[in-house]
This record gives sequence, C-alpha cells and structure tokens, in this order.
Amino acid sequence: MAERQFPAAIANPESQPYWDAAAKGKLLLKACKGCKKNFFYPRSICPFCGSSDTEWKEASGKGEIYSHSTMRRVPEPYALAYVTLAEGPKMLTNIVDCDFDALKIGQKVHVVFKPAKEGPPIPAFAPD
Amino acid sequence: MSIKGKAYIMGAYEHPTRKAPDKSVPQIHAESAMGALKDAGLTKDDVDGYFCAGDAPGLGPLSMVDYMGLKVKHVDSTDVGGSSYILHVAHAAEAIAAGKCSVALITLAGKPLTSPVPRAVIPTAPDASYESPYGIVVANSYGMCAMRHMHEYGTTSEQLAWIKVAASHHAQYNEHAFLRDVVTVEQVVNSPMISNPLHRLDCCVITDGGGALVVTSPEVAKSLKRPLVRVMGAGEAPKGQAGGDTDLTYSGARWSGPIAFAEAGVKHSDIKYASIYDSFTITVLMQIEDLGFCEKGQGGKFVSDGNLISGVGKLPFNTDGGGLCNNHPANRGGITKVIEAVRQLRGEAHPKVQVKNCDIALAHGTGGSLGVRHGAATLIMERV
Ligand SMILES: [Zn+2]
Repeated sequence: MAERQFPAAIANPESQPYWDAAAKGKLLLKACKGCKKNFFYPRSICPFCGSSDTEWKEASGKGEIYSHSTMRRVPEPYALAYVTLAEGPKMLTNIVDCDFDALKIGQKVHVVFKPAKEGPPIPAFAPD
Repeated sequence: MSIKGKAYIMGAYEHPTRKAPDKSVPQIHAESAMGALKDAGLTKDDVDGYFCAGDAPGLGPLSMVDYMGLKVKHVDSTDVGGSSYILHVAHAAEAIAAGKCSVALITLAGKPLTSPVPRAVIPTAPDASYESPYGIVVANSYGMCAMRHMHEYGTTSEQLAWIKVAASHHAQYNEHAFLRDVVTVEQVVNSPMISNPLHRLDCCVITDGGGALVVTSPEVAKSLKRPLVRVMGAGEAPKGQAGGDTDLTYSGARWSGPIAFAEAGVKHSDIKYASIYDSFTITVLMQIEDLGFCEKGQGGKFVSDGNLISGVGKLPFNTDGGGLCNNHPANRGGITKVIEAVRQLRGEAHPKVQVKNCDIALAHGTGGSLGVRHGAATLIMERV
C-alpha cells in the first residue's frame, strides 16, 4: 500500500525555528522559564502562566501513543494520533512505518522524519 | 444579570430540503428566515437583530442583512462551528435583555451534499504550523476521542451503535428525514470503517438545507399567537488542547452544562427532552456524560439500555432523527437541535415521538472538532 505523501509544512516567523530544526532531524518543543512547564504546540507566550520568557528545547523524540485513529476511506490510509512526549506534552502527529491494525494506546514510539512534498521533513512517530 | 425569562423562542423553521442543487446558499438562508418569521406570526420588517455564523456567505451579517432587505440595529456573527446557533439564542437573549433589539433572527444554510467545499487549511491559524501536515479531518479527530473513551471506560462499538439505532427509531416518523430506515446494532458495526473505531453509520448524514429561529422580547412574545417557549439558562465553553495537557475523554459540556443548569435553576430530572449534538455517535455519548445525565464512563451502558428512545428511555433525544439520520445542514447541527426542542415544548413533534407533558427541554452542541478545539453550548428552555 502506498504511503501518504506529507504536504509541505507551513512556517511563520514564530514557528520558523521548529522547522529549521526539523530540517536537521531534531524535534523541538517549548519550555517556560516562568512556570517551568513544557508545552506543545509551541508558541512565544506560555499558555499556562502567560510568561513570554519561553525557550526552545530539543525533545528526546521518545513517547507513547495517547490515542489514534486510522483514516480508511482514502486511497492511502494514514494514522492520526496524539503522542505523549517523554517531556510531558501531547503532540498531534501521525504514526508511520507500522501495521495500522496493530496500533495500541500506550504503545512506545519514537520520532522519525518523513519527506514532505517540498520543504523540511515532517516529524512523525514509528513504533519502537 | 441573568437571561432567565428575558427572551422567548417564538419562531422555528427547518427547511424541508435535504438536496438543493437548484438553490443558492443565501436563498436557503432567506427561505428559512421567512419560514421562521411566518411561524412566529411576524414579518421581516419586525426584525431588529440578526445572528449568523460561518456558513453565512460573503461578509456574514453584512451580506445577509442586505440580501434579505433587513433593517437591524444589532448583529452577531459569533462562530463556534456547528453549535453557534444554540449559543446565538443565548446571545440574542442577552441583547434583548440589554435592550439592544426585540426581534432577533438567527439563520443557517449550506449545501455540503450538492456543492461540497473541502475544508481548507487556514495558514494563519495558530495550529497550522504544527498540525496541517497530519491530515486531520473530522472523522479521525472524533475517532481518537472514541478510541480513548473505549480505552479508559471499556465503551464498545456496539454501545455506540445504540445511539444510531435510537436516532433511526425516531427518524422513521419524519417524512423529511434523509435516512428513514430503522437500523440495528449489527448494521451499524458492520457498516464500512471510516476512521476507526467509527463506522459509516456512526457518522451523521451530509445534507443540503437550512433553518431559522426567531427570538423575541417578552412583550413581543405575549402579543403573538404561538406557544411561549422561554429561555431559562445557557452556558458556553470553548475547549482545546490545553498546551499539551490534552484530555480527549471529556468535552466542554462539563463546563457549559453546570452554568446553564445553575442559571435555569433546574435539575437533570426536570429535563423531559434533550437535543444532543450528534455529528458522530461518540459526540452524543461524551456530551450526555459531561452534562451529567449519567456517570462519567457509564454512557455506553446508559445508551444501550435504550434510554435515548422516546417512550422507552429516561432521556428521549433527537426525536426528529437528529444529525445521524434526519438532517445536518451546512455540516452544522446546532439550529436543528433548537428547532426540535421547540417542537417538543410546543407539543408539535410527531405524535409517535412527542414526549408527554414536555415542559422543560435542553439543547446542547459541540462545534468545531472534538479532538482538537471545540465550542460547547448548552441551552435550557421552558414552555409557559
Ligand atoms: Zn509558564
């Protein structure tokens, strides 16, 4: 079965560092120096405490599936998922390189970077 | 200030079309508006407030007020997705209570069946940089909620199927319903998988159509000949991903419900009929739990005991057949939720599904997408 082709990422001045890191095979998230919480998706002002003293942090790339659903009514089925990152926050993503029928909540996964139609590769997750 | 008793729903009209290749979207808005005004015993010249949401073509209220030839002094185009029109009733009541208008018209229309427009990625949305590559659509967003609910509470596909079964029992009596055949649990779970664990029959219908409501001041209401349906209380609550502390097991109904019940001053046992947003079966299950009609996690048992079926269960729901069987115009089910609640309160539902002595009803909606960002709206109404 053909794999779904990722569309090009949409970057803006606020998210550019995330995609620059993805181009180097690194997954970033944001950490707040004010309340010490990690958050995702990244933004400049902390959604927990409102502090603008936030910094980019490289994620370990490890996590586990919080929930998932495989879209079947398309020519190239794909698995949408939330992955709970080892750093705490949940990230909306896809699970790839897997048997869709075997996916389970709680399953350990790790980040992989997949080519996009153009631009930087897209972070997705594969079972360990 | 409370909106309790400050406004009445005096006009309610569901456009009979489910497939309208020969009509424009503004035309269906206007035909629905005229239907609701006629139902109330009013004309377009009585309207001094207009409410619409993202389905209104052009520049929302500016385009539609001009198209319909209205002269209004208050507009509101709050868009929280499909639940907008439930919230609009509350916002209309607020405007009426504040003296900003006395006859508020709310309209919805769309043609997703014959003129589907794919949901485009909005590149400036704050989530676009991080979510747009992943192919999130409504079915897999709700699918993830269902998957997690099953994991945490042991909910099954068969239990979810009971929600469609109940809706189909009601839809068989609605001559306008898009799907009128009574279905079984087996038919639902054996229908093709769309995005697991949701099957085709776990999904709502896709229909062209529209609807409208007229909300008035008490003075105007008492001058009209229609039964008085009074606004008692309302609550609204957006819910999102909480910076990554995402929890898919509950909806914003957990927050909007208590606000509405407190304002209305009623208990769950007072609610004789409930219109519950039914984009998917899982939507209904989560909302009835979060509104407090059963214990959290016990929704599966509640629905499979037949509790949603009129004349059988404790909480007759969506007696028009709902979005699951009857109509989901513009891919937005909020206005039809209020319309069927008004029919029930007036005693004008189909005799086979009319709830006896239906004096207090609730309408609740989830707009947007339950698995990412959604807008909950709860409305409690009373017949006086
Ligand atoms: Zn913070």
